[in-house]
Amino acid sequence: MIDDAVIRVAGLRTQFGSQVIHEGLDLNVCRGEVLGVVGGSGTGKSVLLRTILGLIKPAGGRVEVLGADALSVSDAAHEAMSIRCGVLFQDGALFSSLTVAENIEVPMREHFHLAQPLMNELAAMKIGMVGLPPEAGTKFPSELSGGMRKRAGLARALSLDPEILFLDEPTAGLDPIGAAAFDKLIRDLQQSLGLSVFIVTHDLDTLIAICDRIAVLVDNKVRVGTLEEHLRDPHPWIQSYFHGPRARAAFDSSAIKASV
Amino acid sequence: MSQREWIAGKKTPLLPITRLWYRNVEFCEDQIFMVADAQELQQPGWLVRSREGDRLVLRAGGVWVVAKIAELDQLVAEFDGNVSSSSVQIDLSDVSQLDTSGAMLFYRMTKAFKRHGAQVEYTGISEFHQPLLLLVEAAERERHNVELLPENSFVLMVERIGKSVFEAFAEGTALLNFFGMTIVKLLQVFKSPRKLRFVSLVHQIEQTGLNAVPIVALLSFLIGLVLAYQGADQLRQFGAEIFTVNLLAVSVLREIGVLLTAIMVAGRSGSAFTAQIGTMKVNEEVDAMQTLGLDPIEVLVLPRVNALLITLPLLAFIADLSGLLGGAVMSLSSLDLNIAQFMQQLEEAVSLKNFVVGMVKAPVFAFLIAMVGCYEGLRVSGSAESVGRMTTKSVVEAIFLVIVADAVFSIVFAVLGI
Repeated sequence: MIDDAVIRVAGLRTQFGSQVIHEGLDLNVCRGEVLGVVGGSGTGKSVLLRTILGLIKPAGGRVEVLGADALSVSDAAHEAMSIRCGVLFQDGALFSSLTVAENIEVPMREHFHLAQPLMNELAAMKIGMVGLPPEAGTKFPSELSGGMRKRAGLARALSLDPEILFLDEPTAGLDPIGAAAFDKLIRDLQQSLGLSVFIVTHDLDTLIAICDRIAVLVDNKVRVGTLEEHLRDPHPWIQSYFHGPRARAAFDSSAIKASV
Repeated sequence: MSQREWIAGKKTPLLPITRLWYRNVEFCEDQIFMVADAQELQQPGWLVRSREGDRLVLRAGGVWVVAKIAELDQLVAEFDGNVSSSSVQIDLSDVSQLDTSGAMLFYRMTKAFKRHGAQVEYTGISEFHQPLLLLVEAAERERHNVELLPENSFVLMVERIGKSVFEAFAEGTALLNFFGMTIVKLLQVFKSPRKLRFVSLVHQIEQTGLNAVPIVALLSFLIGLVLAYQGADQLRQFGAEIFTVNLLAVSVLREIGVLLTAIMVAGRSGSAFTAQIGTMKVNEEVDAMQTLGLDPIEVLVLPRVNALLITLPLLAFIADLSGLLGGAVMSLSSLDLNIAQFMQQLEEAVSLKNFVVGMVKAPVFAFLIAMVGCYEGLRVSGSAESVGRMTTKSVVEAIFLVIVADAVFSIVFAVLGI
């Protein structure tokens, strides 16, 4: 069987000064799966995401994204990689001086030279795809609500039909209804577009609802497994995470949904 | 099955995502296979038409992805509208790769056929492409259901002008309101001196006053130097070099010392006020302050206004001194004067009046700069970008108001004969 991993992290070591964040961290993300990354505050979830994206240089180890070395790539290869990866930052990170449609057109303009009407059409399609109303395209990010900004950010991330989608706390700051709708949107898009998704999240509902596998950051490493496997893990942090009161509530609500 | 075989396309991949041909292939280990693959994939998709009786059959194949969208767009454009058949079959069985952009083109084509009353039927859709087509169809249907009204550019222009006129009025009123509010709070300080916020005031005095002394002194010194040099150069033609000292003294004391200081303070401290208060606004610190029962004007604005009211006159005084010093250095070196002669000429040239006329303006400038800086800071909203915009605005407005006020002073003094 082929080893079909889109992201391979091996022996990763990151540190800031004397503070070690990751030590000997190994992680694979398979093609077409949704991987959730959880961990306590300060365990380096976002650092891991940024390392994979090449925004932070680790102290040691290997990171491969789509078969290419993410740490020592040339500019051209890095550009090729950036076309194939879409990233949604926490608050969307939309360019505030551009409208939503222009934001979505930025990667198209940069990587492919397309005619303006065609780009407008593509942008309008992406706006519809993420469930924004058509008139949202002409608005500026500051005129949108938090949930709409996230959707607009997602539309920009999907602008070039990437293979891997990185999401940094996609449901943080959304109301439960908005968060559930966003989870469903991600799941639907993931299935329709055949995406591999890497989600950094705190949201137990998201983990239960859409993640195929979960990576838990503990002791500078990750423990990867399905939800059931983590529920049996004796590690104290994982125990308290997956058996705490909030986890129980999340399980209950998903059980209720399943039984209805 | 190795990755090599998989990429070479010996077996259909699980998902249509072999897009390694996007750029160059240097990062791939499987170079030989990649190059072969790349040539095959460089070709954009194709579309062949044929007829089966009354039915138009379009066979699509190849790569229909965003990287080739410009070519595909032209390909599809040929079919826009010029169809006479009542039924169209679109066969996708040869499409090797499809993404949302390609799917959008198919949807657009379908729309065009349907508009001409043709029945459209799809065949040969692979199971990997099916959800994608459905997704795009759903997204596009939503868009086409809502008819966005085309906007008339003339109406837009009138609307924009009207809007900015009203905004200008609103801003003027708001600024005036803010001036009034601050003055009221300022007067309240006399009633309860605790509102002076002494620690904050001293901190602001250090920031806006003490720390600004070197730059203000240096720049005024240099301006004094330049002024004396230019004056001497021109007056020498009339043999009136000695009046360089008069020129220097009057212009530095009446105008340049205080104006230069005010402009520097506007750039240095006015912008800092806007940026500091604006950042607090973005962080919702100002809102937090209000919920905790603190008055932002009292806590943030008053110490800054008071600090500038104290420091700007002092800085102007320093600027006067170092401007005269710079002029003196130049006069002594380029005119045949000694210190005693320079001092004597200076004493004859200026009276206390010149100095006072300059210094009187300083508190007014200080008030304007602090006011505008704080006001624009409090008007920051939402994003970090607006902090930058408001900071620029505050500096421009402050310098503008300072120069306008200076002109007003000149007119008033002229009328009064001072």
